[in-house]
Amino acid sequence: MANVTITVDGQEIQTQEGEFILNAARANDIFIPAICYLTRCSPTLACRICLVEADGKQVYACNAKAKDGMEITTSTENIELERRAIMEVYDVNHPLQCGVCDQSGECELQNYTLELGVDSQSYHVADVKREAVDWGHIHYDPGLCIVCERCVTACKDMIGDNSLKTVARGADALEAEYKESMPKDAYAMWNKLNKSVIGLTSGEEMLDCTSCGECAAVCPVGALVDTDYMYTSNAWEHKQVPATCGHCSAGCQISYDTKHTSISDPEEKIYRVMNEWNYVSLCGAGRYAYDYENRDVTKDEVAFANAITAFEKADTLKFTSTITNEEAYILQQLKETKGYKLVNDEAKAFQTFMKDYSEISGTSLYGSDLKVAHNSNFVVSIGTALKTDNPNARYAFNNSMTVNKGAGLYFHPVVDPVIDQMGKSVLSINHAPLQEEAALYLILDLFAKKEKLPSEVSDYLASFHNMKTITVTETIKEKVIEIVKEMKVNEATGEEEEVEVEKSKMVPKKVEKEVEVDENRLLEILNAPKDFEEKMEKLLKKKDAFMLMVGPDLYTHPSSRNLARLCALVEKYTDFELVMIPTFTNTLGVSQICELDDEAGSYSIGYNTDADFKLAGLGDGDLDMPAINQQEGTLTSINKRVNPTNVAVSYGGYVLNDLANAVLGKAVENTIDYTEQLPVAKGFQEATFDSLPNHYENDGTEKRGYVLDNLAVTSSSDESVTAFDDKADVENALYLANPVRQFSDFTAKPHQSKEKPGLHASKAYLDKHELNEGDKVKVTTAKGVVEVEVSHDHFIDGEIAYLTTFDSKLNSEALFDGYRFTSASIERV
Amino acid sequence: MSKLPSLEDFKDRNVVEGSAYYDVDQREAPTTGMEKFKQVVNRTFRFELFIGLWVVLREMIKFDIHTVSYPAEKLPIGPRYRAVHEMQRLWESGTERCIGCGLCEKICISDCIRMDTRIDENSRKEVTEYTINLGRCIFCGYCAEVCPELAIVHGGRYENVSEQRAHYTDFNDMLTPMDMAISGKVAEYPGFGAVTPHEDERIKTTPLAY
Repeated sequence: MANVTITVDGQEIQTQEGEFILNAARANDIFIPAICYLTRCSPTLACRICLVEADGKQVYACNAKAKDGMEITTSTENIELERRAIMEVYDVNHPLQCGVCDQSGECELQNYTLELGVDSQSYHVADVKREAVDWGHIHYDPGLCIVCERCVTACKDMIGDNSLKTVARGADALEAEYKESMPKDAYAMWNKLNKSVIGLTSGEEMLDCTSCGECAAVCPVGALVDTDYMYTSNAWEHKQVPATCGHCSAGCQISYDTKHTSISDPEEKIYRVMNEWNYVSLCGAGRYAYDYENRDVTKDEVAFANAITAFEKADTLKFTSTITNEEAYILQQLKETKGYKLVNDEAKAFQTFMKDYSEISGTSLYGSDLKVAHNSNFVVSIGTALKTDNPNARYAFNNSMTVNKGAGLYFHPVVDPVIDQMGKSVLSINHAPLQEEAALYLILDLFAKKEKLPSEVSDYLASFHNMKTITVTETIKEKVIEIVKEMKVNEATGEEEEVEVEKSKMVPKKVEKEVEVDENRLLEILNAPKDFEEKMEKLLKKKDAFMLMVGPDLYTHPSSRNLARLCALVEKYTDFELVMIPTFTNTLGVSQICELDDEAGSYSIGYNTDADFKLAGLGDGDLDMPAINQQEGTLTSINKRVNPTNVAVSYGGYVLNDLANAVLGKAVENTIDYTEQLPVAKGFQEATFDSLPNHYENDGTEKRGYVLDNLAVTSSSDESVTAFDDKADVENALYLANPVRQFSDFTAKPHQSKEKPGLHASKAYLDKHELNEGDKVKVTTAKGVVEVEVSHDHFIDGEIAYLTTFDSKLNSEALFDGYRFTSASIERV
Repeated sequence: MSKLPSLEDFKDRNVVEGSAYYDVDQREAPTTGMEKFKQVVNRTFRFELFIGLWVVLREMIKFDIHTVSYPAEKLPIGPRYRAVHEMQRLWESGTERCIGCGLCEKICISDCIRMDTRIDENSRKEVTEYTINLGRCIFCGYCAEVCPELAIVHGGRYENVSEQRAHYTDFNDMLTPMDMAISGKVAEYPGFGAVTPHEDERIKTTPLAY
């Protein structure tokens, strides 16, 4: 898109052609009032308050696109009249009990009413009974609702749940005279507003969605609020701690809103998590699983002394990726100085995958990020349960469908209704487990520039093709001439007589025809629908920005090396950009910082994982450690960004740095003193923690930490791939995943977490095995047996159930041989 | 004055003709330079101190003694005086007026007000606890002024002696006793932060014609 110059209120500003005027103005700190518009979503046009005059014509700034040389006036006499009338209309029948409204103090209705100086009311309409309802985790008060539809827009365009819609209000019609007397846009806005309120798409009484709470976050008034937060606090009482969510690899920017616990307890407590919803959208875990801190910890000197003894005895440090970069660096220091083995299986798998990928790509990291995914229009996802592995990747997927008129392919063995309901432009292909390679070969086959591909790869791809003569039945229209008898009046005699008339008409006829077609065996291997090629033709219309997202299924796949190489080939020889979804919160950071080992030694210390001596951020180990919301440090996200996070809740115990100081004989005061020492050779920067910003600019620029340098590494000229077993399958497959809103023990601890660990299955699966929710079953795999509870998961379908990993007590990973699918038998107990 | 005034009469602090309070030997203040000069001379050479003492002696001999025996007897404080807070109840129903909006907490410049709120069984906001740290309160009256419900007002209890430096007061202590509220004995508070008599004239009407 070309750069253009537009003039807003006499000020010349630079923007992109086709950018909305509102966004261009905001990026240049020019204020245009707007209520219903959400950046990154399509314009709703509900509030109409963003009226501006562009080249002498009144337009809505949120959906009028900038053209070169445009002259824009943000305020004229007529526009002021419209805005004033719109705000008066919003205040009609709006309760004045701001004192008991949770939004008071951060309410856009309050703000704009004051901004536009509304001090009198000229309009009225009889109110109808609108009763507040509890939709589960969200509370809706239609009495406060101004029907700006921001919640509906966010749910549809960003999240992809489509759980909310407008429903009829059942109010009286507006007085006829208003049509003449009122400003036009204000009347039109009111007329629509007065007919609707927000309701649930499902028609049920409770929300059954992926519970992200984004609707309540974007609500400009107090109509939608989190039920749990309701009436506990006022907006202005909170201290806002800018942080990074520590639950998954998305690394969303969040603000922990804290205040004292109660009158009698002055300890800081997190009341809610807020986000800059114009630029980042949270999932249910990020928003509701915030109180996972390790509470009431004091410095236990005995435990500390025991820990030092354990460090002397140990030869292995086991850990999870729910740690900061600084802690990972401390562990690496311990390895370098004391020779401990560092064991972290999932990070090791990711590290190996990345290394194999680098051999062909010649870069240390994958090339793209989720921001690019948001702006692309053809997205392919392979090897990841998108909505639970990284909810933000799912939002990016959905966002590119809805806002960029995009399309996508979702390759995964587990049927996912959440992905399917994103619309017709998403084609889900539920292939058999172990066939992820076929999916990547298919992408290469469909999109690679064949002449540039290494010949052995293109030969291999060609081996799947087969010209075949098939008989197709076509319907053609044939001209048939027939003779019909008609009654006609003979003009000469004036009598009616029968005449024969020739008539021609088109008659459809079925013809069988022999056609030679190219049969692609990969489609059959992947279980693709019969009309795949036709569908693809439609999906690919007008697409120019391609994105491939690959996920954790590939990293532990038996042929992960080949998969990594295929990913690199796709990135190199097609137009696809590539994003890899790191398995856990800081898997990317850990894999860059630590040299990891395969096998543990005889005595190990575990950090947030079971071992001979356990350091635990959950408080269930031998020595307490702080949880992520009690720490300063940086986390590396899927966007390859090193994001700072801050202390929201105080912690009184020992931290890893204290242990490292004692073991290494150092005197490093704070963990964050290590921030500037993170390895530059791996793409980190020599930046102090306090110099790292953590916010978004008005134009949406992410000012958070820094982006890892994607360094050039030596690549090999060998671009060969290996053949795969197209018959490979996992019988009675069981998947290793988590339900929506769960990632780890840290998401299971908070008081709003309700998900139960165990076997989660679809309705179809439960019916097939004659199981009910709450039943106890024995799951047997080649690696062991475990007894778990059965839960019904609404958000999967088909006949593959999954075993949760978020509760480490279950130790479900032990039942799997690395790969996320395993053959398992289920037996009721 | 025909009869000796009672303590109640003295509670009316509006000093006008006929009230319990009266001026004793009030003289016109000098206005011209000559008069002022004469006053100085009189005060210096005519022992006016003894004139003052004589007035006291004279009034004492009349046995017209007005001493208030504090603390057994307490004079009331003017309605605009800002003493220890009181929490009002609604008339008749006796419901607490405080809705827990937190404005007093926000506006308090010495940060001495705190409240805990929650959602109650009827989905209404309920104040579970409310305290004012009187050791820190500077009795500025902002809380009473900002209160949208006329719930927190300044009462007449001006004694703040306490054994503790941080003397807290509790919601229930400040709350108007229920029996008083129901029997309608609580007069609307006329003091600091109360609605002014002319408020009605200043309110703009909203068209709620239906």
